[in-house]
Amino acid sequence: MRRILDFFRRGRTAVIGVPFVWLLVFFLIPFLVVLKISLSEMGTVSVNDIVTFAEGSMQIKLRGASYVFLTEDSLYFRTYLSSIKYAAITTVFCLAIGYPFAYFMARAKATVQPALLMLVMLPFWTSFLLRVYAWKGLLDENGWVWQLLIGLHLDAGLASAGLISAPGKLMNTPFSLVIGMVYTYLPFMILPLYSNLAKMDLRLLEAASDLGATPWKAFWLITVPLSKAGIIAGSMLVLIPCVGEFVIPELLGGPQTLMIGRVLWDEFFSNNDWPMASTVAVVMILLIIVPLAVFNRYQAEAQEKAK
Amino acid sequence: MSKPVAEGAQVARTPFGATFARGFGRTWLVAGYAFLYLPIVALVIYSFNDSPVPNLWKGFTFKWYVKLADDSEMLNGLWLSLKVAFFTASSSLVLGTLAAFALVKYRRFFGRTLFSGMINAPLVMPEVIIGLSLLLMLVSVQKAFGFPERGALTIWIGHLLVGMAYATVVVQARLQGLNPQLEEAALDLGAKPFQVFTLVTLPMISQALMSAWLLTFTLSLDDVVTSAFLNGPGSTTMPLVIFSRARLGLNPSVNAVATVIITLVAIGTVVASYLIARAERERAAAIAQAQRDDG
Repeated sequence: MRRILDFFRRGRTAVIGVPFVWLLVFFLIPFLVVLKISLSEMGTVSVNDIVTFAEGSMQIKLRGASYVFLTEDSLYFRTYLSSIKYAAITTVFCLAIGYPFAYFMARAKATVQPALLMLVMLPFWTSFLLRVYAWKGLLDENGWVWQLLIGLHLDAGLASAGLISAPGKLMNTPFSLVIGMVYTYLPFMILPLYSNLAKMDLRLLEAASDLGATPWKAFWLITVPLSKAGIIAGSMLVLIPCVGEFVIPELLGGPQTLMIGRVLWDEFFSNNDWPMASTVAVVMILLIIVPLAVFNRYQAEAQEKAK
Repeated sequence: MSKPVAEGAQVARTPFGATFARGFGRTWLVAGYAFLYLPIVALVIYSFNDSPVPNLWKGFTFKWYVKLADDSEMLNGLWLSLKVAFFTASSSLVLGTLAAFALVKYRRFFGRTLFSGMINAPLVMPEVIIGLSLLLMLVSVQKAFGFPERGALTIWIGHLLVGMAYATVVVQARLQGLNPQLEEAALDLGAKPFQVFTLVTLPMISQALMSAWLLTFTLSLDDVVTSAFLNGPGSTTMPLVIFSRARLGLNPSVNAVATVIITLVAIGTVVASYLIARAERERAAAIAQAQRDDG
């Protein structure tokens, strides 16, 4: 008996301890390093350490220079704002397209649902980078989507809405950026919504109908409120990574679309300014920390409920 | 507009409303799938385009594939990516399964909230933050200990961080669906805890393990941002090669690589889902057989 208890105790420590320590070392500590470097300054070749040992005593010098610079140069502020704007627009479009999509998937015949689900997952497995690259071809001059939109004369409308810079040019505009982000993140919206809607008790709708509700009314009063957890999970899965997106604005956004992920990248790779890149990252984390907490809470709740 | 009608729920008022809703639903799904698959189809078709000018069709050719065979930069990148993806997927599976067990089996332990937060955060955390923070930490470690050099090893660490989070979610979902009585019954019948795990739990979650492995493999095979921060001289993965070319503009060699990858993934997915479906059928048949023998 004691040996079994011992096994469980040791097993428990290992099962929890190994992934826990791994995450602490490679997820939490790196953030503290970023925080530390954001408070240091760039020396001639490398970052000056904030902790120095001189004459046997430890000295800590905190430098807020990069934070001051971040607030003084309005470009950073505008970039944060525009990143949030594009991420929010992407989330709204994903929800508007993804909700009905997930709804009809969940209400399709039970026999075809696995195939429908598989078809949503499949693009997931093929390279995301290559699919974003494909939009470059579709939206460039003479690409399929370019021909379709120009043929329908939709470019004038897009131009007057300020989504593209001039009629006839779709690439490297806010329009191409948002298309790329909606396309990439749509499955992240559909999947949690589908698993939520598929589990719904359809007898509730029958009851509503018996009590005299129109299908439309029953949809808004029953289906939508019951799928709240799916809506929130899907929206967070789209919104948070979109704020810091780098690859899509780099390939589809062109130089005018301001995204903070690209600023961070340039500070690090082009300017070699590690404290500035870290400061940009710290402020980005502060921006997404509330949505992140919301996401964590709903994720945890969904996991408890599944039991 | 009428609310789209649930199949079999019979909430429709009029036949017209029901027909309209069904048609609307079908159209929405077809349009949605067209949106999801259009870029993939275009990639494949233009990989056979015999024109150096992108988007202008000039007849059928295989020449981009022939060129690909001599493209040592791309092929070396592919080989490195496959190796990193293999180790990422395998180690993500181990760490992810442990983490999923910790979260499902042990409802309360010190730091559980922090633990589950650290599991979920990499799913949504912008990759530039993950890449930058890991790199800065690894650089500090390297300054202090002279290890690790930036290269395949550091890329693997970065991929493992994200892969583990995905593996945990997949395995956790399956573990929660399990009937705990099966494990208890095995314990009552005298199986040791480790035997229970290998003989009862593992076979029941094997499908989830397989999908988790495949998912983390493809995630790693695809990653640009984390790899860009963590790679070193001579460790350029395939997505980094593709990305550096795609940044400069459209490039038929990228289309050819894309088609090869898409074909491999399609075959792999079909084979994997066939195997999973067959295993499931056999298991169901075995259970039915056992119940017949019993009764």
